[in-house]
Amino acid sequence: MRTREQVLKDLQTRFKDDIVDLLDKSPKRVYMEIKPESIVRVGSYIFKDLEARFNIASGVDARSHIEILYHFSLEYINLLISLRVKLDRKKPVIDSLTTEFKAVNWIEREMSELLGIEFKGHPEMKRLLLPDEWPEGVYPLRTDYEEWDKNAIRDRGV
Amino acid sequence: MAKSVIPIGPWHPLQEEPEFFTLTVDGETVVDMDVSIGYNHRGIEKLSEMKSFDQATFVIERICGICSTSHPFAYTRAVEDVIPVEVPDRAKYIRTIIAETERIHSHLLWLGLAGHFLGYNTIYHWVWKLREEILDVCEILTGNRNNYAIFKPGGVRRDFNMDDIPLVLRKIDGIIPTVDRLKKAILDDPVLHARLKGIGILTKEEVIDYSALGPTARASGVAKDVRKDAPYGAYDRVDWDMIVTENGDVFDKVVVRVLETYESIKIVKTCIAELPGGEIDLNIKDIPPGEGIGAHEAPRGETFHYIRSDGTNRPARHKVRAPTFMNLPTYKATVIGETISYATIILAAIDPCYCCTERMAVRDVEGKRLFGGPDLVKLSQEKTARMKREMGMP
Repeated sequence: MRTREQVLKDLQTRFKDDIVDLLDKSPKRVYMEIKPESIVRVGSYIFKDLEARFNIASGVDARSHIEILYHFSLEYINLLISLRVKLDRKKPVIDSLTTEFKAVNWIEREMSELLGIEFKGHPEMKRLLLPDEWPEGVYPLRTDYEEWDKNAIRDRGV
Repeated sequence: MAKSVIPIGPWHPLQEEPEFFTLTVDGETVVDMDVSIGYNHRGIEKLSEMKSFDQATFVIERICGICSTSHPFAYTRAVEDVIPVEVPDRAKYIRTIIAETERIHSHLLWLGLAGHFLGYNTIYHWVWKLREEILDVCEILTGNRNNYAIFKPGGVRRDFNMDDIPLVLRKIDGIIPTVDRLKKAILDDPVLHARLKGIGILTKEEVIDYSALGPTARASGVAKDVRKDAPYGAYDRVDWDMIVTENGDVFDKVVVRVLETYESIKIVKTCIAELPGGEIDLNIKDIPPGEGIGAHEAPRGETFHYIRSDGTNRPARHKVRAPTFMNLPTYKATVIGETISYATIILAAIDPCYCCTERMAVRDVEGKRLFGGPDLVKLSQEKTARMKREMGMP
């Protein structure tokens, strides 16, 4: 069985051109920033070869850019690796991981509608959470989001 | 034969929660399915960004009435991971006790509903009566049956009243014989074997591909449990077993949940016996900038929270992932190829999460209870007689 040091060393040598930054935050948490174009290569390696479990991805609007963190659990060494990618805020585009494993299907759909990130090659891109009457191009988790439905405010009694 | 489409929802007739399934059937066999969710999307992640770290605990407690400890547990762990700190021992034990009593009542709730979905209403009433005992335990320990409001970043809000502990232990010991009887009645019932065995099989490979969680994964032989893999709270200090079965069918999911109920009872009893003294709260004042991740094994699987702090008193981003988000997509793998009559129980087997906590008693202005059980039966009989008279029935 691999140890924590072996796994991290393996990742660093194998993907030395893809890794932008590696933050070894605590014994159980590692944050690894990679180039957006490397996500399929690094993500599927961690999922398939390192036998990680995909926890979830968190999309964040960091004002200057859009960030996605893909969280993977490696239970056998009790480590949580978060892959961080930074995308251009004006046109956030990244390759879809859904073709590699099914667990990312829903969360990519969710990030696409809540943050406006385009996932290239997603086989089933349609709405997951927002209602049908929600207008295109309005992303509620963006920091500059403004309420578009004035009736909704009235109905909530605010 | 031509294929037909059966719409189920948007208000699911049996699950009683808003979700919309489109089953494509060829004769009796399901050949494709699609699911639409989002009817209950309340924007809690956005709402949480408008609350302080302390207030957010109460908001996310209301994500789900059944998992009302799981979400705060994962959230407080995420906030503590930002700083990072370890909570005092007594707080860890109190958190574990509440989380495990929640698991007992959640598994019993599911078991009752599963009986109901199969048309086996004896189990439904029987199990839910038993569940009341556990809800009483929750009420004695925290003051509330659900939504306990006991978690806070850095510890717990209230301590137990140690005078209540003997009563709690008596109540927990009191349910064990009934759970034993239940276990025999369910696991040895030939009708349930015929209905549930070999149905809706989720293979090990599918569990890994979908990253399914909790009892759904453990029933397919995937031994993953956050409580064992990344111990927190008091889970690494008490002795308990992870329940794993191999077949992945609906019956094995029942087995996992029934046996986990015993493990939870064991954990609660050990934690109460070994409850350490000392502080229950760290009184955290400021959350520094940074990010943190917290996870907790909820009754349905891992609940996952991600927090980003920018140094203010509010989270800059709060990502919540409930276990059903990962488990519901597996329905596509389990239902296709089965007949339409099994579609309901296969969906129910992953225990999709819904809130159903209500209770009612009619009282007069002085607070005296007007109707007891026998009164309600009498009222019901009177009404039936009245209706029969009105309709001219004998």
